Amino acid sequence: MVRFDNVGLRYSHAGDAGPEVLHDLSFSIQAGGFRWLLGPSGAGKSSLLKLMYLAIRPSRGRLSILGTEIGAAGRRALALLRRRTGVVFQDFRLLEHLSAFDNVALPLRLAGRPEGQIRADTTEMLRWVGLAQKLEQQPAELSGGEQQRIAIARAVIARPALLLADEPTGNLDDTQAARLMQLLHELNRLGTTVVVATHNDALVRRHPAASLVLEHGRLVGEH
Amino acid sequence: MWPRGRPRGTARLLRPAGFDGLGLRRALAGRMLPFLVAAMAFLAALAVGGTIGATALARHWRVGPAAVLTVQVPRPDAPAEDAPESRRDRVAALLRATPGIALVRPLPDEELTELLRPWLGASAGEMSLPLPGVMEIRLAEGGAVPEGLARRLGAAAPGTLVESHLPWLRRLSALARSLQVSALAVLLLVIAVAAAVIAVATRAGLAARREAIEIVHGLGATDGYIAGRFAARIMRLAALGGFSGAVVALPVLAGLAWLAAPFIRPDTDLAREIGVFAALPMPFWLLLPGLPAAVAIIGWLTAQTTVRRWLRQLP
Repeated sequence: MVRFDNVGLRYSHAGDAGPEVLHDLSFSIQAGGFRWLLGPSGAGKSSLLKLMYLAIRPSRGRLSILGTEIGAAGRRALALLRRRTGVVFQDFRLLEHLSAFDNVALPLRLAGRPEGQIRADTTEMLRWVGLAQKLEQQPAELSGGEQQRIAIARAVIARPALLLADEPTGNLDDTQAARLMQLLHELNRLGTTVVVATHNDALVRRHPAASLVLEHGRLVGEH
Repeated sequence: MWPRGRPRGTARLLRPAGFDGLGLRRALAGRMLPFLVAAMAFLAALAVGGTIGATALARHWRVGPAAVLTVQVPRPDAPAEDAPESRRDRVAALLRATPGIALVRPLPDEELTELLRPWLGASAGEMSLPLPGVMEIRLAEGGAVPEGLARRLGAAAPGTLVESHLPWLRRLSALARSLQVSALAVLLLVIAVAAAVIAVATRAGLAARREAIEIVHGLGATDGYIAGRFAARIMRLAALGGFSGAVVALPVLAGLAWLAAPFIRPDTDLAREIGVFAALPMPFWLLLPGLPAAVAIIGWLTAQTTVRRWLRQLP
């Protein structure tokens, strides 16, 4: 589960603390919960996601991810926690020098899974996202939609306990977007906690669920 | 199911051993670092050779077979002033009775003739030259030339000369020790520079692969994993450089050792008797294979430290 308790965040540049971008966030998501993360651009959705995928630590308040208190966790504990968190980035963040297969297999390799299992799981996952014919292609050789599907495959391959997605349907056509939502619901049904940040109101209307609404770095609605 | 025209695909999927997740093969390119490390290893080999050579010279001059004193007795067969025996025997007896003298060795006439041959030719023995009696004297360990020795010997056999090599040996010994210390200092300096070069190369690699590192870090790679990938790559490149440097240094050092051999073991004419490589002292043969290993360890440690420190900037 995820718990925010009076969390504030300010970025610091070269040791100088900048203005606070997230203020007094308090909410919790039960294990196996689903949340839309909504709000206008610049409201702090990406910063909130960054806190959840442990790319930054909160400046104040208490943050607990999957039962681990972040303030007290060591570097190794955070690394292991990141392995239990899948993230679909808006800009995909694929490794350009690796093939589609190796990009998707990376979380399994970091977790030290046996190579035979890695091969089977990765091939199956890439087939599921419709890229079975492009295993050996590098990201630069793929379209935006295909890259996004690789990013999604990489985020879910290790069956994460927490799945975070930032505008995951941005580069997908309607069919692919529907398939993605089906995948997210399926994972959610199997117990994965899912948080999806989006601007796509139609998508939210089609898949009604609880949501967190941010504005100017504050939580203005939770329903 | 595999795309056509890509038969290597299957093989690659089955072969993750050299899996380059961080793309270090491009970031830590395989030429500049081994070349620099090879140069360092070459210098280190010279310094090691210098240390070993200087140590051998120092030991040789301290306890070597060379006489510390030479005593020359003119007209050795004439009777002594104060005793019925010959001047040679009288001086030898006096020397043997002197405390602090470990060995008195009168040179046989043949040996003396042999010594003079370069100057007088092969027939030196047949020329009726009045050759002096010559004795090699070795002092007890740490001993000095006994007080008034020359005066006492002169009283028994006037004209006797006592020539001490001690000041020279002391100076040579001090020189050898300074060489030893300098070679050791050069070795330490080379190690420090090598570590600095490796640290700079590692930092350049970190800067070049920053994005990939951040992504892999975000996927849950531990500091140990990332530092391990860098250290393994750097270690391979450093070992390659260390090996090349050692190989290049070998003939150079063998040549130097060959030239220096007569000074270390003057009793054998090594230059003629043995091959160039056999002139290298045994400690060097033991240390040489350690050079690539030592460089590899320095590379591994430097990369580990540099990467782990750098990773501290990531949460």
